[in-house]
Amino acid sequence: MNFPILSSLILLPTIGALFLIFLKNEDGNSTTAKYVSLFASVVNFLISIYLWISFDQSISVFQFVEDRTWIEGFINYKVGVDGISILFIILTTFITPLCIISVNNSVKTRLRDFLIAILIMESFMIGVFCALDLVVFYLFFEAGLIPMFLIIGIWGGPKRVYSAFKFFLYTLLGSVLMLVAIISIYWISGTTDVTKLYELGIDAKYQNLLWLAFFSSFAVKTPMWPVHTWLPDAHVEAPTAGSVLLAAILLKMAGYGFIRFSLGLFPIASEIFTPLIYALSVIAIIVTSLIALMQEDMKKLIAYSSVAHMGFVTLGIFTIQQQGIEGSIIQMISHGLVSAALFLCVGVVYDRMHSRMISSYGGIVTIIPKYSILFMLFTLAALGLPGTSGFIGEFLILMGVFKDNFLVAVLASLGVILGAAYMLWLYKRVVFGKLINENLKSMIDLNKSEYFILACLAVPTLFFGFYPDPLINTIEVSVEDLINMYNSNIMIK
Amino acid sequence: MEISILFLPLAASIIAGFFGRFIGDRNSEIITSALVSISAFLSIFVLYQVIENQYEENIVIATWINSGSLDVNWSMMIDPLSAVMLVVVTSVSSLVHIYSIGYMSHDPHKPRFMAYLSLFTFAMLMLVTSDNFIQLFFGWEGVGLCSYFLIGFWFKKESANAAAIKAFVVNRVGDFGFALGIFLIFYLFGTVNYSEVFQQVPSITDKNLSFLGFEVKAIDLICLLLFIGAMGKSAQILLHTWLPDAMEGPTPVSALIHAATMVTAGVFLVVRCSPIYEYSPLILNLITIVGMTTAFFAATVALVQTDIKKIIAYSTCSQLGYMFFAAGVGAYNVAMFHLFTHAFFKALLFLGSGSVIHAFKDEQDINNMGGVWKKLPYTYALMIIGTLALTGFPFLSGFYSKDAIIEFAYLKGNTSGYYAAGIGIFTAFLTSIYSWRLIFKTFHGKYNNKFVKIEETHESPLVMLIPLVLLSIGAIFAGFLFKDLFVGHGGENLFWADSIKFLEPLSTEHPPTWFLLLTPCLVLLSIPIAYYLFIKNKELPNKIANMNKPLYKFLVNKWYFDELYDVIFINPSKKLGLFFWKFCDGKLIDGFGPDGISSFIKRCSIKANKFQSGFIYQYAFVMLLGFSALLTFLIVN
Repeated sequence: MNFPILSSLILLPTIGALFLIFLKNEDGNSTTAKYVSLFASVVNFLISIYLWISFDQSISVFQFVEDRTWIEGFINYKVGVDGISILFIILTTFITPLCIISVNNSVKTRLRDFLIAILIMESFMIGVFCALDLVVFYLFFEAGLIPMFLIIGIWGGPKRVYSAFKFFLYTLLGSVLMLVAIISIYWISGTTDVTKLYELGIDAKYQNLLWLAFFSSFAVKTPMWPVHTWLPDAHVEAPTAGSVLLAAILLKMAGYGFIRFSLGLFPIASEIFTPLIYALSVIAIIVTSLIALMQEDMKKLIAYSSVAHMGFVTLGIFTIQQQGIEGSIIQMISHGLVSAALFLCVGVVYDRMHSRMISSYGGIVTIIPKYSILFMLFTLAALGLPGTSGFIGEFLILMGVFKDNFLVAVLASLGVILGAAYMLWLYKRVVFGKLINENLKSMIDLNKSEYFILACLAVPTLFFGFYPDPLINTIEVSVEDLINMYNSNIMIK
Repeated sequence: MEISILFLPLAASIIAGFFGRFIGDRNSEIITSALVSISAFLSIFVLYQVIENQYEENIVIATWINSGSLDVNWSMMIDPLSAVMLVVVTSVSSLVHIYSIGYMSHDPHKPRFMAYLSLFTFAMLMLVTSDNFIQLFFGWEGVGLCSYFLIGFWFKKESANAAAIKAFVVNRVGDFGFALGIFLIFYLFGTVNYSEVFQQVPSITDKNLSFLGFEVKAIDLICLLLFIGAMGKSAQILLHTWLPDAMEGPTPVSALIHAATMVTAGVFLVVRCSPIYEYSPLILNLITIVGMTTAFFAATVALVQTDIKKIIAYSTCSQLGYMFFAAGVGAYNVAMFHLFTHAFFKALLFLGSGSVIHAFKDEQDINNMGGVWKKLPYTYALMIIGTLALTGFPFLSGFYSKDAIIEFAYLKGNTSGYYAAGIGIFTAFLTSIYSWRLIFKTFHGKYNNKFVKIEETHESPLVMLIPLVLLSIGAIFAGFLFKDLFVGHGGENLFWADSIKFLEPLSTEHPPTWFLLLTPCLVLLSIPIAYYLFIKNKELPNKIANMNKPLYKFLVNKWYFDELYDVIFINPSKKLGLFFWKFCDGKLIDGFGPDGISSFIKRCSIKANKFQSGFIYQYAFVMLLGFSALLTFLIVN
């Protein structure tokens, strides 16, 4: 493969953003800005689909690798994909255009700048998922914070500054430790190339500290209990499109990081710290589900449910079972689709009524039936009903966990009961019941673009629920290989 | 052809659900009813093939989940067990579809209702024809979902919404056990396909697992976990609270889902897994006890309820208890037999009561009815047939199946068997009393309704009566006709073949004659007793109730299960939620975390700020202090 397809995936949105910078920032230009960004992101999506088609699922080595010297003897710009990363890239390129379509209703000022932020963020996210050099990974990983910080800080709600800083402080705190760890890896092994590090392995005596340093960064971004409190605030203040990007893609970077780096580079430490992950995940699942039950703000409720769902993900990853890890990846993809859709659903009613409080709704099913049907579908997917992608992920994870540890599986399964309770109760209070608030009568059902976005998310949610083969086949060999590598490392020790 | 049994209802649901607005109410009703009826005819044909030609087939439709060693297909397995279920599900469903055309005639959302009914039928068929546990789980949750939709069909009613959520969440509690059971099966056998699992069961009977320090036999644990799932779906005691509340849904739904089909899925699960349960005498005993307790408990509650549908709901709960204790004593085929006959007479009773409710313009309290048997002659006659069949009146269908259960319990010959038989007979007596109470209070005595004049009550239209007539034929003859096939002594295993496993063949002896005559006699005797209590001497029941006030209140409040659950589960969950949110997240994590640190740094910098006062003499003083300290340090050194 001579054509640098991954680099073009990374660069294309940035090029789109550059065009936008030269566009005069006037209101009359906002449609043009939107078309330019939409064009860039859709082309990017098509390229990523082409990438998926031409990807060879039967081998686990990194494909489409580009390796260029950046700083002689220190950093190489190295990118490549395997079965695990490719799905995340597609998720990113799929969600971004939908976000861009959705901005019409939620962003009222400085639309052009907002689109620039989204496009640049897309570039960084794709970079994260295909970086094969630790330094390159770190740069993308951290740079992704900046556009998000701006999105919350500039276009957010009334408490946006507090939320933005909380978000930034939390995530930066973990990242500093990760940077230190990356530097020390370079001192220990003389390289930051991920594939070389896979082959060399890292001395067992350093692994624990390094693992913890990476963990502190990933745990904040996942987010795991107890470093999750930035997420509800960030979501509540972020504009709809920001929430969507945050939930659908940003949170997945950490899950991906756990698989690629924690398991891949520090297997021995991972083995040691698995009980820690299990404990935190189970606490996250149960505690945040209970918290979600009591929320009065729709966005906060979904944010807390995200923490619970990500708890399942971290649980599955550290089972080191085929079902567990595959379940986690599918759960992440599914959560990417479903949480994005749920935040958009909240956005739809927020744009009309300017309230996120559950109590200000009720009885809207006959007024906006199309919306109600789609919202129901995503509610069901969120509670993991069979036939939706949410089920496949959750069920496989729990199957994997069960093989490893009964008690953890039993406790985590309690989350499934609570999940049904808080999601259905939310739905009931918002959509069913008597219509009390007279203002709701003037609500208009989904417009064309909203309908299109939600339908785009609904199709894969259902399709992969009934036929997850395309996803599983893509990751199967890579996961198998990862587990083998992991186990052989443990054996040697 | 077999596949079309599955997919015709799905097609019906899609047509009515998505295109109902375009094709109109009447067309959606006709299309859904027709497609489900075709499916019913095909099912009957399949059952005929199974009976006559021992036809069995396992059709793989598509792959589903294929992860590592886990291999799950969408499939359709036809064997005697699933063929019987196919007939029960599709035939009752098609009749309920037709009945709904009349019953829902004033409702503005007819296509949606029909779409849900058809979707339910599809999910139920997926459940019964699965060849693996995960597709079973798909159907299991699918029927739960449709039940949720249909209970909450009248979405403006607060109580209906609450009942819908309660049904789903309580079922999820059961599913929690069921899912863990599936995980355990996968863990032990490395597969979730019935045939492979059942084959390996004998090899793990001695395996022990340790859980939280307890040593448990693996097979017992599997059976227990699966049974928890069955308890949730079949509303057995402890997990039964959702079923009476589910009566908030339209009556056809109660007949189809909460009487004839979905709630029997738990029984089906136990029977389907007979090759596992046979190796776990411990859990079989537990099933007997749970079934028996439920049968008794529900019958006592049914005695004092006044809502016509709730009485029948508790009756269903009680009859499901019978099915479970049949399975518990190892008479799986008898459990299936009762499931089969029960589907007809209970659907008949529900639809009949729907007809009564219709006549009274949505009145459900039997205290506000009475004296209308002449006005509703057909409904009255059909309800009588249903009641006779339910109570086990000789030679009607309930007689054959219920008596068979009690007989087999007796023949089991151990303590729990005798005990179960005793409770079974007593419960049969209670069943008869509360059923006749319902009939007498509804149709006889004085007319008690203040809102609808007796002249206004009217018989239901033909489209509602015809399904009732067909069901009554089933209620009368199903027992007599299928007795030999389902439970025939001697050649019992011929029909069921491999679909039910008996480790030891069922006893072929007959209990003593006095025992055989006991139940029918009690049933016959109960009619005059009920007549005396509820028509002749109406004061007597009130007197009895007043004399035993605490007991009466205990029964009226359904043994206080709902209140108990509020106290131990629901309120603590809410309190914990608030605690974790406001205190842990708010005060602890944020307080010491980001907010704490930022306010700490702020305080430090305010202090540091004070140093920079801008006064030269202060700076000079500090400099002097520093200089002298340095000097002292150097000199000392």
